[in-house]
Amino acid sequence: MSSVDLPADELTAEAERVLRICTACMYCDGLCPVFPAIDNTHQFKLSDLNYLANLCHNCKGCWYACQYTPPHPFAVNLPATLAAVRQRSYRDYLWPRWLGRAFRSPAVGIAATVGFVVLATLAIVLMCTPPAALFGADDREGAFYRVVPWSIMAGAAGASLLWAMACIALATVRFWRDIAPDVPKRAMLRAVAPALRDIVTLRHLGGGGPGCNDVGERTSQQRRWAHHVMVAGFAGTVLSTATAAIYHHALGVAAPYPLTSLPVLLGLVGGVAMLAGIGGLLGLEFRADKEPSDPREVRLNVAFLVLLALVTLSGVAVLALRGTAAMGLLLTGHLGLVFGFFLVLPFSKAVHAPFRAAALLRAAAEKAAARPRGKPDRG
Amino acid sequence: MQSTWDVVVIGGGLAGLCAAIAARRGGASVRLLESAPPAFRGGNARHARNFRIVHDAPTPHVPDSYHASEFIDELDRVTAGERDPALAERLAGESETIAPWLMTNGVHLQDPAVGIVPYSRRTVFPLGGGKAMINALYATASDLGVTISADSEVGTLRQAADGCWRVSLAADSPGGSTLEARSVVVCAGGAGADPDWLRSHYGDTADGFMVRGTAYANGRVLTDLISAGARTVGDPTVCHMVAVDARGPRFDGGIATRITAIPHGIVVDGSGARIDATGAGAEPTHYARWGPRIAACVDQTAYLILDADGLQRAAPQAFPPIVGTTIADLAAALGLDPAALAHSTGAFNAALAAGARPIATAPFAAYPMRPGVTFVHYGVAVDQHMRVIWTDGRRNDNLFAAGMIMAANVIGRGYLAGLGLTLAAVFGRLAGEEAARHVVG
Repeated sequence: MSSVDLPADELTAEAERVLRICTACMYCDGLCPVFPAIDNTHQFKLSDLNYLANLCHNCKGCWYACQYTPPHPFAVNLPATLAAVRQRSYRDYLWPRWLGRAFRSPAVGIAATVGFVVLATLAIVLMCTPPAALFGADDREGAFYRVVPWSIMAGAAGASLLWAMACIALATVRFWRDIAPDVPKRAMLRAVAPALRDIVTLRHLGGGGPGCNDVGERTSQQRRWAHHVMVAGFAGTVLSTATAAIYHHALGVAAPYPLTSLPVLLGLVGGVAMLAGIGGLLGLEFRADKEPSDPREVRLNVAFLVLLALVTLSGVAVLALRGTAAMGLLLTGHLGLVFGFFLVLPFSKAVHAPFRAAALLRAAAEKAAARPRGKPDRG
Repeated sequence: MQSTWDVVVIGGGLAGLCAAIAARRGGASVRLLESAPPAFRGGNARHARNFRIVHDAPTPHVPDSYHASEFIDELDRVTAGERDPALAERLAGESETIAPWLMTNGVHLQDPAVGIVPYSRRTVFPLGGGKAMINALYATASDLGVTISADSEVGTLRQAADGCWRVSLAADSPGGSTLEARSVVVCAGGAGADPDWLRSHYGDTADGFMVRGTAYANGRVLTDLISAGARTVGDPTVCHMVAVDARGPRFDGGIATRITAIPHGIVVDGSGARIDATGAGAEPTHYARWGPRIAACVDQTAYLILDADGLQRAAPQAFPPIVGTTIADLAAALGLDPAALAHSTGAFNAALAAGARPIATAPFAAYPMRPGVTFVHYGVAVDQHMRVIWTDGRRNDNLFAAGMIMAANVIGRGYLAGLGLTLAAVFGRLAGEEAARHVVG
């Protein structure tokens, strides 16, 4: 039986059983910070398991290095076990708590919510927007807002984004309160810079140097690079939105903007980079050896990546076809996807980012608080 | 599949992989036969952690320096002279180049500043441990064009009139029953994992032994070579054994089931009486003292008794301890006589040695222990070129042995941390080079 199928307390017991074997072995201590974090641990509290599960970057290096994987009777599968605990932690710390139910089958929840929001947006726009504005070819200044008025567009996007940020922030605070290490404030301050470096560089998608076991037994840096490209592309689209806001509010120019304008260039380059990164990550999900992963986490990853790809693709399509009669419907669909994306964000893969950042901060803080090692040579 | 090869390497552990890679790089066509299925390939290197290397200056992977003379002195000390001095010298000398060679062949070494490896100027640590190293070497061997067969146990090895070797696979091995080899490197490991072999040398008590390493080091090729007239070295009745958790698997428990907490408590036998192992203190060599002592107990079982303080001082073990709120409870949980156990702990507490701590704080904890065999100090004799020596002193130019099957040439008794991997890699590489040179010139 895979660990994901285990009831909650059995999953905890399985994680403890496996980690106990790991503490007695520790051959993987150079692969990632999970192993130094369990050094000399006799008992694992639930909060410790949640911390370790989010500290794990799912690089799977320990699976291929482990001499105790099935068919060995110890049947150690640390990546899958921690992935299952990680899934559970996303659900357990979620705010509002009733949303936790959505995590039971997040892919279905995400698809249903986004589908509904897109259809609702289309329906409302079809009912409220004059057909001439919706189906006419129009790329003059302010054309987008003749399809959906600026106040509604910005209001709905802002509200759904605010909801996502509030939920994720509260979940992260709940998680952090549970895992926060008992270290002096000075150690915590000293930990910020190394933790940020680990977060930004995705250092632990490096398998301690040679890379992750992205697909199988051989290591690669593909996942790390695809993730970097995707995040860089995302940053481009955020910058695009920010510059567009400056154009709109400071310069008093309404979208659509010329192809050579900053918002369009940033959005285009960012969108293409995102699609490339997403494509790379999705390809790895499908090619990867499934045994050391948790099927629910794979579904969560795929659902998030596909949704992000749809948002990006629809945005690029609006840009490409904005001079045609298809613009109105494409824009409406894109907006629906954006609203839906924000609404499902709190029960999507998005929470991995702040949770993992929090776990990395604790790891760095504990390292900063620890006294330097000075063990004798044991030969 | 092709049935004639320049070099056939028997055994896919570290020595076999190094031999195969070295022979292939030397220009030979190479077939590697591994008796284990893919999941258990790699011999005992699967369970190994570090290797001992000579170096004159710090490298990114090992601090300070470690000189060949120190290596040889330490080997002399632990073996009490039971080693071939020339081979020992060769081992120490060639250990200096083995780490870069392994790295060239895909192995990643751990930066000592990362993780929690203890300071060691004598040894380097493969990143992720022995199995990660084995995986890297299999990938490299395959990339270089070594033909690798798993599940391929060798039955017999016989020389034909033309000097070539006929390597017959065991009946149930796939991929042809007999291969022809211009040169053979035997890296099939020592004996010790075969229950029948163990029983024949250690009596019925051997049934109570655990085997810490691979179940595939069954000694069949070693036995075949000896029956064909190979000279033996070492003593089959001397093995390295340590205390392991009795709840672990019969084979392949590796590092995780080793009981490291003995210095933090007392050991009792099945009658509840305290036992001691002569000379065993808290230093790392105590492990090897306790193995034979536990093997001498009834049912080859003993129990480590700790109190709550001792348990906290000890490093965590793979299995949770068996606990009791009182000594009597603990005795009941272990199936021991409560009065006898109380007597043993009471006597220990009443006569504490200097620096020792009493067994007094509840809850009390115990680990059931068995002897775990690491390796047997027994194998075939080889010369400076890794050629197998026959009982009459003769040797063939195309039959070599490397790894644990010939380890007793340099480690007739005792052990040094990191020696197994070093000797497998150094002698494996050497044997592979020699085998290729014999064929390719």
